[in-house]
Amino acid sequence: MTQLALVIDLNVCVGCHACVTSCKEWNTSGSAGPLCDERPYGADPTGTFFNRVQTFEIGEFPNTETLHLPKSCLHCEDPPCVPVCPTGASYKRREDGIVLVDYDKCIGCKYCTWACPYGAREFDEKEKVMKKCTLCVDRIYDMTLPENDRKPSCVKACPTSARLFGDVHDPESAVSKAIRENAGYALMPEWGTHPANQYLPRRKTNIKIHEDELERADNPLKVDGLLPKPGKNESSMDDVSAW
Amino acid sequence: MKPAYSVIFLTTLIGAAQGLFLALFTHQSYALFGLLPMQSDAFYGYGSVLALILLAGGLIASFFHLGRPERAWRSATQWRTSWLSREVIALPAFMGLTFLYAAVHLTGYKPVIWALPGGMVFDLSIVLGAIGTLLAFTLFVCTGMIYACLRFLREWHSPLTVINYMLMGSASGFTLAAFYAAMTTPSQADFFGGWAIIITLLALLGRIASLVRNARLKATSTIQTAIGVKHPRIVQRSQGFMGGSFNTREFFHGKSDAFLRAIKPAFLLMAFVAPLVLLMAGMLTPSLFGVAFIVQYAGLLAERWFFFAQANHPQNLYYQTVG
Repeated sequence: MTQLALVIDLNVCVGCHACVTSCKEWNTSGSAGPLCDERPYGADPTGTFFNRVQTFEIGEFPNTETLHLPKSCLHCEDPPCVPVCPTGASYKRREDGIVLVDYDKCIGCKYCTWACPYGAREFDEKEKVMKKCTLCVDRIYDMTLPENDRKPSCVKACPTSARLFGDVHDPESAVSKAIRENAGYALMPEWGTHPANQYLPRRKTNIKIHEDELERADNPLKVDGLLPKPGKNESSMDDVSAW
Repeated sequence: MKPAYSVIFLTTLIGAAQGLFLALFTHQSYALFGLLPMQSDAFYGYGSVLALILLAGGLIASFFHLGRPERAWRSATQWRTSWLSREVIALPAFMGLTFLYAAVHLTGYKPVIWALPGGMVFDLSIVLGAIGTLLAFTLFVCTGMIYACLRFLREWHSPLTVINYMLMGSASGFTLAAFYAAMTTPSQADFFGGWAIIITLLALLGRIASLVRNARLKATSTIQTAIGVKHPRIVQRSQGFMGGSFNTREFFHGKSDAFLRAIKPAFLLMAFVAPLVLLMAGMLTPSLFGVAFIVQYAGLLAERWFFFAQANHPQNLYYQTVG
């Protein structure tokens, strides 16, 4: 069984919010209707988003570290928001594990948000229905797009490639490897929701560059530190190469 | 959680209605076994009409909770998994039974269903009353379980939630029944008043038990589990937006801690202590039963506000600092 999900590398995320704006742009322009904003240019703007980037400070000054946490629906394997829905508008797709809301069935009772510990769902105050990340379901299966573009728009927008997208049930997929090899973890594991989306932890980055890598291996112009110098009588192509 | 007034009125109104129905049928059951004088059909009938009015008020209030009330019929479909869906079925079913119970009394259509050799006769109103009693308790369980089944909201995730919905609804219903009897058949008012005192006392014990339980709760989720970093000192520097969102509106009660601290003794006094005193005084001065009900109902509104406000949703961990 397929379970599509995002894996977000917190070691790479720079907190630029490009995924937030890209998500908003794609999902407010689609056939499912707008992601409504209220007073977008007023004094007290508010709106509906699928994705937020939050910033946390870890440790005590001066030994602090900044963590940017992009947070969207985690598409839990055991989503607590689904069984509580009285209308069946919230559902988890069997074929790819995406948790979706049927906007035509939702009555806007907000009970699903009470049942989600992550605050991943946001109520659209104009459309009066519950909204949440769809993993760009209208994009990832769109055969009119080039294959490379059949990814959630947040993934496409990330300038540092912090967001990976794929099937976490396929052990050979890039996301599964990333989780396995880079200590991927879930948010609030204590509730047993088994989020499909996982995060890769912050790490100390150490690079040791040996001198010879600069001198030889990685710099073909410097062969053992000597520049090519042809003899005075040797033929040359032009003045530039004959110095 | 932000207290939703639609839900506060829904739960308190239907709770009182269920209690009133239970009170009326308790009286009829006592009378059936000869423990109390059987009252006129009008007494049970109009009492049930009063319950029906409260139920209708609750139902109307519930629609204000919905973003798309025109689709409300869909909410009866997921009764296999959703307690909210079960309540959506149980409430009209109980209203229907209350209507039928009132109708057979007011029309006098009470054919004998079952006659025992000893001379005891079970007529249609008894059968409907028994089914209505079952439905009243079903509705209490559904209403309570809507809150008790949410395991993230630790303050609600307890059998005490269901028990207290039953006890507090029944307490206000029996108090209302005492007032109703004092107005129509004063001789029976003390029966309802006596039960109202007992149930209000039990409700006070149940509510104190849940307050004690909630005061000792330790949060399961912390900022560490929320973001998956084990460091003891983590502070949010930005929640990602400055203008507020659904997450900052729906899950915070928006009042000061001092207000929250003040409302607790206020509702304990108004929903339980004052009604107990007034109910006891009502045994001597029956008109006080009316005051008791009004004070208790207002107290239960405050109790329900506190019930919501005290519940601390784990998603709040992600929304601590605007930025």
